[in-house]
Amino acid sequence: MEVFLQQLINGLTLGSIYGLIAIGYTMVFGIIGMVNFAHGDVFMLSAFIALILFLALQQFFGVQSLALSFVIVLFLSMALTGLWNYAIERMAYRRLRGSFRLAPLISAIGMSIFLSNFVYVAQGPRNKAAPPMFTEVVKLTSGGAYNVTLSYKQILIVVVTAVLLAVFWFVVQKTPLGRAQRACEQDAKMAALLGIDVNRTVAATFVIGAALAAVAGVLYVLYYGVVNAADGFVPGVKAFTAAVLGGIGSIPGAVVGGLLIGLIETFWSAYFSADYKDVAAFSILAITLIFMPSGLLGRPDVEKV
Amino acid sequence: MAETPVAEHRPASAALAEAARVGLIAGALAFPVLALRAEPDFSNRLVLQPRWSWMLGAAVAGFAGRLLLSLLPPRRPKTAQAAQAKRASRRAAQAFAAFGLGLIFIWPLLVLLALGPGGALKWIDNYGVQILIYVMLGWGLNIVVGLAGLLDLGYVAFYAVGAYSYALLATNYGASFWICLPVAGCLAAFWGVLLGFPVLRLRGDYLAIVTLAFGEIIRIVLINFSALTNGDAGIASIPRATFFGLPFVPGPKGFDAFFGLPFSPIHRVVFLYYLILALALVTNLATLRLRRLPIGRAWEALREDEIACRSLGIDTTKTKLTAFALGAMFGGFAGAFFAARQGFVSPSSFNFTESATILAIVVLGGRGSQIGVAAAAIAIVGGSELLRELDFLKHVFGEDFDPTQYRMLLVGLAMVMMMNWRPRGFVSTREPSIFLGARKQIGGDFVKEGRG
Repeated sequence: MEVFLQQLINGLTLGSIYGLIAIGYTMVFGIIGMVNFAHGDVFMLSAFIALILFLALQQFFGVQSLALSFVIVLFLSMALTGLWNYAIERMAYRRLRGSFRLAPLISAIGMSIFLSNFVYVAQGPRNKAAPPMFTEVVKLTSGGAYNVTLSYKQILIVVVTAVLLAVFWFVVQKTPLGRAQRACEQDAKMAALLGIDVNRTVAATFVIGAALAAVAGVLYVLYYGVVNAADGFVPGVKAFTAAVLGGIGSIPGAVVGGLLIGLIETFWSAYFSADYKDVAAFSILAITLIFMPSGLLGRPDVEKV
Repeated sequence: MAETPVAEHRPASAALAEAARVGLIAGALAFPVLALRAEPDFSNRLVLQPRWSWMLGAAVAGFAGRLLLSLLPPRRPKTAQAAQAKRASRRAAQAFAAFGLGLIFIWPLLVLLALGPGGALKWIDNYGVQILIYVMLGWGLNIVVGLAGLLDLGYVAFYAVGAYSYALLATNYGASFWICLPVAGCLAAFWGVLLGFPVLRLRGDYLAIVTLAFGEIIRIVLINFSALTNGDAGIASIPRATFFGLPFVPGPKGFDAFFGLPFSPIHRVVFLYYLILALALVTNLATLRLRRLPIGRAWEALREDEIACRSLGIDTTKTKLTAFALGAMFGGFAGAFFAARQGFVSPSSFNFTESATILAIVVLGGRGSQIGVAAAAIAIVGGSELLRELDFLKHVFGEDFDPTQYRMLLVGLAMVMMMNWRPRGFVSTREPSIFLGARKQIGGDFVKEGRG
C-alpha cells in the first residue's frame, strides 16, 4: 500500500510535466493539423534556458532567495522559449501550410535535429547538474518499513501546473485570442474571411504552447536536477503519446493523457521493469493510434474528399 | 547602406528595419544558451562562462541573412526560355550521372594508383564503402518514402535486423556471409510486414510516428535482451565476409595465397567496396524495374493521392505492404553487409539519428529520384567525413573546436531549408513511368500532390 501511494505521488508529478508538454502538441495539431515533432526539443531547450537563468541569477546578481529566483526564472523562460517557438514557426512552418501533408512534419524533424544539435554544440555533450533546490520532504506515513514521502518539489510542481492550467484555460475560453484560436481550429479559411488574422493566431498558439513547455522545462530541471541535449526526444515522444491518448486536438484530453502516461510509466517501472519503461510508452502510442485514433476525449477524424 | 541595390517593390528602409528586427530576435534567442556556457568547476558545481561575442555574432548573422534575403530578386515566372535552359541542364545532369557512375567504378583503382596501398585504405574505406552503404540505405528507403510516399522514421530498425541476423547466425552457428545475406534480407522483410501490417490504416503523419516508436522499441529490446544480443556491449568478432569461401587472411588458405598475391589488407577493402557497390546497384536496378510493373505504378499513384487510388480499386494494403517489405529487405541486406564489414554490432549504431540521416538523404536528394538520393548520400556522408579532415580549423578557433559535431546541425538546417524552398528535394523532376506518345519529363511544380 505504501509503495502504491508513493508511486501514485511520483506518477502524478511526472504526469503534470508530460501534460504541460502535451498541450503544445495538441494545440498545434488542432489549429494547423501538424505533428510538431520539434516540440520535445523546444522543451529540452527551455530546460537549458531555465538552468542557465538559475545559475546566472546566483552568479551575476547574487539572488539568494530560492522563491524569488524561481518566479523570475519561470517567467523569463516562458518568454524566451515563446520567442524561440515564434521564430521557429515563422522560419520553418509558416510557408509550408499550403504544401503537401508531410512537408511540415519533415521540416519539424529537421528543426528537431537542429535544436538538439544546437544545444549540444553550444553547451557541450555532458550532463548538466543543477544545484539541489527545494530539498525538504514531508513524511506522510512514519514508523513503517517504507515511509511515503511528499517532497516540496512535488507539491510545487503540481501546484504550479494546476495554476497555469487554470490561467491557460481562461485564455482559451474567455479572451478574444482564445476565441480566434477556436475559430481557426474549426475552419481557418472561414475565420480569415471573417477578419481573423490567421497567421497571428497560429503564431500565438505556438508561443503559448512553448510557454507551457517552458513551465515543464523549469519544473523538470527542478525535479531531476540534470539536463542533457539529448533529453528532448523521449519526453517529447511520451508527451505526444499523452496528447494522442487523450485525443489529439483536445486540451483537457492532453492533461488527462499526460497524467495517465505519467502514472503508467511510474507503475510500470515500479512493478514490472524499469528497463522497458520506454517500451510501455511507445507501445501505448502505437496501440492508441492503431485502435483508437481519436483517443479518449477527441473527436473522430472525418476524411473529407 | 542606402545605396545598396534593393528590389524595386520595396524601399531600402523597410528592408533594413526588418533586418534589424530579425537581428534583435536572433540576439535575444542566443542570449541564454549560446552566450552563457555552463561548465562544472573543480568542485563540480556549474559555473557560467560568458561568451558575449557569440551572441553578437548571432545577431549580426540574423541581420545579414535577412537583409540578403530581401535583396534577392523576386522569383520570376517560368518562360519558354527558362524551360529550354532547364532541358539543357537536364542533359548535362545525365552526362554527369554517367560520368559519376564511371568514376565510382574505377574509384578504388584510381586512389590506389595515386596514393599507393598505404594511403589508399582510408580513402576507399571512409569515402567509398561508408558512402555506398548510405547510398544503398537511401535507395532502400526511397522505395518506401519516395515511391510509396510512406514516411518511415524507423527504417534503421530493419538495418538493425539485418545486422543482428548476420551477427547472431555467424557467431552462433558459423554460417557464412553468402548464406546469411539472403536470410538477413528475408528476416528484415518479414519484420517489415509484421510492423507494417498494423500501421497501414493510419494517415501519413501518424504512420511516421508509429514507425518511429517501433524503431525505438526494437532498439530498446536489443539493449535489454542481453541473453541474446549481449546488450549495450554488442556482439564482437563477427566473421568477416569471404571471397566466395576464401577468407582475407595471411597464410596458405587465404585469398592472397590462392591468387599468388602478397598479403595486403587493401584487398579486403577493395573487395568490400565492389561488394557494396554491387548490392547498391542491385537495389537501384530492382527499384527501376519495379517502377515499370503495375505494383510500382500503384506505389506512385498511392503517393500522389491515396483516396483516388482507393476509388480506382487499387488494393492499398497490399501496395503499402510490398513497399514496406521491399524497403526493409534492402535495409536488411545493407545491415548484413554492415555487420560483416565492421565485425562488431551494438545497439548504439541503430539510434534515431541514423534513421534521421537516412531520411534526410532521401528528402534532400528528392523523394523518388534515384540519382538525387545518391548525390545526397555522397554530399551528407562524404561531407561529414570531410569535416573530420578540417583539423586546421583548430588553429583558428582553438583546441576545443570539433568540426564533426556540426554535421547533424547542418543536416537539420538543410532539411528545414529544403522543405521551404524546394519541397521536392534537390532533384525535383518526376519521370513518368507510363506516357502517351513521347516521354516527357515533368517538373515537380506541375504535379499537384494530394493531401491523402
